[in-house]
Amino acid sequence: MAVKVIIPTPLRPYTGKKESLELQAATVGEALASLTTLFGDLKKHLYSDDGRLRSFVNVYVNDEDIRYLRGDQTPLREGDILSIVPSIAGGAQN
Amino acid sequence: MSGAALRVSDALVRRIQAHGVETYPHECCGALLGNDGEAGREIVELVPLANRRNDSPRNRFEVTPEDVQMAEKKAKDLRLEVIGWYHSHPDAPARPSEFDREHAWPWYSYIIVSVQQREPRDTKSWRLRDDRSAYDPEAIESVAQSASI
Repeated sequence: MAVKVIIPTPLRPYTGKKESLELQAATVGEALASLTTLFGDLKKHLYSDDGRLRSFVNVYVNDEDIRYLRGDQTPLREGDILSIVPSIAGGAQN
Repeated sequence: MSGAALRVSDALVRRIQAHGVETYPHECCGALLGNDGEAGREIVELVPLANRRNDSPRNRFEVTPEDVQMAEKKAKDLRLEVIGWYHSHPDAPARPSEFDREHAWPWYSYIIVSVQQREPRDTKSWRLRDDRSAYDPEAIESVAQSASI
């Protein structure tokens, strides 16, 4: 399945400045694995050391958050658009 | 210091500080809209946002992905980019915490204003390193007024 991945501006330095790219993937997990294989420096900004998607990193298929679908296992259809959108979080020390 | 300075008018810095005073003792937050290019980086407009961390707003803030997308749309409408985010540290220094570091991406400018007993103190900008190991301070250059939008 050819799907389009939109790269958020802060991560474009790690994708050769590409704003988006097309990938072949059957699931969201496959698409993200393919993306981080192509652009290895991207991985640490999407995944924590334990291999989980960072808590502030949100992935949408079209307009649906994958956390409300089937997560990494969410199936993709031809022409689907994946967006990576951060939550912005932080705060002072306790 | 990290690279070139972040240009911002005193008026916008005062608006960030005023937001931090307004929400004290809770943290404030918002988006920094501007330009980033070969000529450098400049903040042109702010989008003040609601702190969605109702459970712990004195030392945490959160901007939801929906609010991030709203800020990005606003930036696009103004032919600008979201170049960073600001928040306040009530009664704490204007330097990033470990919690800040874990929840950040490089490239963005992160402005932190320290608000001590309802008075704005230091206002500093930070950039996360590519390897996520630490933040570097980003110099703030005061400009007379922001470029017209």
